[in-house]
Amino acid sequence: MPIGAVVFWILALVTVGSAAVVVLSRSLIYSAFALLFTFFGVAGLYVLLGADFLAATQLLIYVGGILVLLLFGVMLTHRIYDLDLRSEVTQPLAGWLIAVGLFASLTAIAVQTPWAAGAPRSPAPTTRTIGEMFMGPFLLPFEAASILLLVALMGAAMIVRRKKDA
Amino acid sequence: MTAITLPHYLVVSAALFSLGMLGILTRRNAVNVLMGVELVLNSANLNLVAFSRFGPGNLNGQLFAVFVIVIAAAEVAVALAIVLTLYRLRRTPNLDEADILKG
Repeated sequence: MPIGAVVFWILALVTVGSAAVVVLSRSLIYSAFALLFTFFGVAGLYVLLGADFLAATQLLIYVGGILVLLLFGVMLTHRIYDLDLRSEVTQPLAGWLIAVGLFASLTAIAVQTPWAAGAPRSPAPTTRTIGEMFMGPFLLPFEAASILLLVALMGAAMIVRRKKDA
Repeated sequence: MTAITLPHYLVVSAALFSLGMLGILTRRNAVNVLMGVELVLNSANLNLVAFSRFGPGNLNGQLFAVFVIVIAAAEVAVALAIVLTLYRLRRTPNLDEADILKG
């Protein structure tokens, strides 16, 4: 077995296994820390796919930003002396049915479709190309994304603001 | 054992998507539901990058993935603001107890 395949299987196992812990664990803290390993596994898969810029972005934004925000959410929505942060399960039967059905059908599609996939390109640095595409043909979506971030920032601050006279 | 091709990545992504959907559907805690949403967005990103790698020779898929990451960051910030406000209002992080609008 080539070394790339071994690395892929390890990363896939880490990603899917820790994602299962995220979903199935009863403790919110365990879920949050398993999410860390899922993000690392996905970043590793990006590296295998030759997406170096995206892997770094994944680590910076997901691990450094989103995961910390989620941990803040866990801490702020529970009383601080509430040691066992539990999350109950609701409608388990329907949820499992839908999830298993989704996985079966998506896997069937992925395996049976004759993808017009050529040989993979040899990995090359992508940062320069991505930057030039942002500044060239994708300039309008780039600016729209920056406005979206600004609006989300202001909206989040407005929503959580404590109203003095309410 | 054959070489790793596009379907391998698609199956991993499908597993991530299904697990995220399971979390969204079965969890009561709003923060846990948000974790499921993050899993779903990650699986979409994995699909985009895999298609970009094995597909035609440009980087459009990776560019889309960057936009998905931006929108995920905005989404989680606003969603957590809403969850915090809900907790302040109802003293509970559980979604099924946020039934003020029910007649």
